[in-house]
Amino acid sequence: MSTYAAPLKDMRFLLNEIAGLKEILGFPAFSEVDADTVDAILDEAAKFATEQIDPINIIGDRQNSPKWDNGVVTVSPEYKKVYKLFCENGWHSMPGDPEFGGQGLPNLVNFAVNEMWRSASIAFALCPMLTMGAVHAIEHHASDEIKQKYLPKMVDGTWGGTMNLTEPQAGSDLTAIRTKAKPNPNGDGTYLISGTKIFITWGEHDMAENLIHLVLARLPNSDPGLKGISLFVVPKFLVNDDGSLGARNDLICSAIEHKLGIKGSATAVMSYGDHEGAIGWLVGKEGNGIAYMFTMMNHARIHVGLEGISVAERAYQHALTYARERIQGAIIGDDDSKKNPKPILFHPDVRRLLMDMKSRVEALRAVGYFTAGNMDIAQNASDPAARKKAQSYVELLTPVVKGWSTESAIHITSDGIQVHGGTGFIEETGAAQYLRDSRITAIYEGTTAIQANDYIGRKTAREVNKETGEVGNTARTLYKEIAVFADELAKDAKLGDIGKNLQEAAKALITTTDWAIKTYGPQPQVASAGSVPYLKLGGIVIGGWLLAKSAQIAQKKIDAGDADPYYKGKIGTTRYYAKHWLVQAEAISREIIEGGESVLALDEPLF
Amino acid sequence: MKVLVPVKRVIDKDVRVRVKADETGVDLANVKTGLNPFDEIAIEEAVRLKEKGVATEVVVVSAGAAVNQDVLRTALAVGADRAILVDAGDVELQPLAVAKLLKAVADKEAPQLIITGKQAIDDDAGQVGQTLAALLGWGQAAFASKVEIAGGAAKVTREIDGGLEILEVKLPAVVTADLRLNEPRYPKLPDVMKAKKKPLDTTTPAELGVDVTPRLKTLKVSEPPKRQGGGKVADVADLVNKLKNEAKVI
Repeated sequence: MSTYAAPLKDMRFLLNEIAGLKEILGFPAFSEVDADTVDAILDEAAKFATEQIDPINIIGDRQNSPKWDNGVVTVSPEYKKVYKLFCENGWHSMPGDPEFGGQGLPNLVNFAVNEMWRSASIAFALCPMLTMGAVHAIEHHASDEIKQKYLPKMVDGTWGGTMNLTEPQAGSDLTAIRTKAKPNPNGDGTYLISGTKIFITWGEHDMAENLIHLVLARLPNSDPGLKGISLFVVPKFLVNDDGSLGARNDLICSAIEHKLGIKGSATAVMSYGDHEGAIGWLVGKEGNGIAYMFTMMNHARIHVGLEGISVAERAYQHALTYARERIQGAIIGDDDSKKNPKPILFHPDVRRLLMDMKSRVEALRAVGYFTAGNMDIAQNASDPAARKKAQSYVELLTPVVKGWSTESAIHITSDGIQVHGGTGFIEETGAAQYLRDSRITAIYEGTTAIQANDYIGRKTAREVNKETGEVGNTARTLYKEIAVFADELAKDAKLGDIGKNLQEAAKALITTTDWAIKTYGPQPQVASAGSVPYLKLGGIVIGGWLLAKSAQIAQKKIDAGDADPYYKGKIGTTRYYAKHWLVQAEAISREIIEGGESVLALDEPLF
Repeated sequence: MKVLVPVKRVIDKDVRVRVKADETGVDLANVKTGLNPFDEIAIEEAVRLKEKGVATEVVVVSAGAAVNQDVLRTALAVGADRAILVDAGDVELQPLAVAKLLKAVADKEAPQLIITGKQAIDDDAGQVGQTLAALLGWGQAAFASKVEIAGGAAKVTREIDGGLEILEVKLPAVVTADLRLNEPRYPKLPDVMKAKKKPLDTTTPAELGVDVTPRLKTLKVSEPPKRQGGGKVADVADLVNKLKNEAKVI
């Protein structure tokens, strides 16, 4: 077994050199935070993740998963203990608004700290993640009365929060939602909610004293489409005016799911209003439920993308530990290893697996942190043009971070098993859990196909500049930035080979983007058939760009006499990525442009 | 009552230490460092004394390079009130020099109690606490697993070979913390953020009038010999025979 160690070197490098931490800390909103404090926060979070959260990951998965009994869900004592300490030590409230007890840190710093929680245990970290999602929805859209009543205790973790969107017939398509809300006949302004919600992450548990459910439901005589859906706050226990807990609301967790992964979290089937109706309070205006949810969407999707990055990192560390320990077979081309056995790390193919895992994790992390930094710039920069550009990058990169990180994570965690050989297939070694846990990340908060359609469609081919009529400006701007950088790097005496491969990859991305913009209108099915490979192409090239930028900075540090081996590692990792991943760009481009029609060619009876 | 807690910055306990190729020492470049774990226990004890109302102020002190500020900030986040950095630059500080520096600080601060770790996990010298007590002419109680303050004295339970020894030392005194004295807490995030605002004063060996020139010379630092493969013994008689004739230990 391995112990999680937060990759603080890489995190700090990305925060400072790629994601713009220094600029962000200069914004007035963060005048209370300085670089030393960020350093101290990262150190303490790393310690907490390693010592407290990482050890309970296996407990939730295979030893003592949440148990359901007649509507009550009980989690393991270890989960309860760590949750309590997590809240008491202020980690739960970290991302909250200072007005309600949060710490007012940059989103970027929260992002890095959240990587640690999720590497240590996705299942555990989902609980605070969902609560904070609900907190943000209330913070942005609910009345002051609701905010004051619920937020302080949700921010500090005393109460949990959940998001109730999905129903058995309403998965990716939320227009099919049937849960009903009607004005309370007693006329007190509340609503009575009834219906069934499924796949509610941490929908019921005993770590928090109360659970505040955010529920999408339809009011009587409302629009049958998305505009007829409203958002309600529906607490498990009604909250009295003095903040104490009152009567149990008419809602129950009628079952929890048996899942492939994230077994440490309770995924609930929620039944609202089996009797008189669950009492709920309207958030914002009637009919705005979906719009409110969508303002949360960028945030939620980027955070699921971060789950992919995190679990991939954890799987890499796990595989690396094993590869350093396990001795098996002589190493090809190394006769000495017949007499003095070496660990499997020295086998060329194990090396390849580890390099592949490492380089991809670092590329994913770079894109994630770059996007998270742009979120801060978009919200806080004083220059409106800088804000606008940052926001456009966040919009464009959100589906990439979500879709590409999670799809990659499935392959990286699978490679982690491969490094272990047969023992990786056995649950006791722990490698399998990371693959199982990673699998959901490419599904929830919008499947990969939904991300890919968003990326090729709304974020590229349908992004029209209202003034000039130009299409796909954000994508073109970013890819041009990449191409210009690649041209410069291609001339570099030491890193020119990396620059050359990035040049070719950027060219493939630009060509494919032109094709996508041209094809999307007249042949939407062909474009859509190529959308997932297009997402992959975007991820590979954008990730390669940020790795290459990192390598350039690392080379400068080395040239200036910095002997930190991290920099040498960064350059070697980038070179591997350039020669194994960037070279795929051209093939994927052909796959998209030439292969779209073949996806749709067979008549249905031929399947 | 004022409590002074001397702390050391050491290689992180989870880092695999490597000996330098030229055998002049261990490789410290780009290696993660942190608070000496025994000093964490000492800080925790001091903070608990303050929470119980026994101590009124907890001051942490560290001697070494400017980067030692990091471990002082950690101590402030856990609950120390202020910190003193003795900035000695890159000079190698040996146990006697550290004890002298701490004596100079103690003379100024006049604490009633000094608690520090029983040893640092890097060089394992375990000399500073005892030497400091001798230099100050104070009583000392090393390897404490329990500390009770009452009536101007400290009742200290010490872990010794074969059991526990309970002794009483008159204050002021020096106590060194053993592993089982307490379980250090995690600093809370709001306190980590506030630590930056707590006072941290810097002084130097020259200002304290202490000569820190090294007196010990390190001849060589090398890896322990590689463990040779073991063997199986057939029975007890065989074992006794081997112990007698091969290992020559009985």
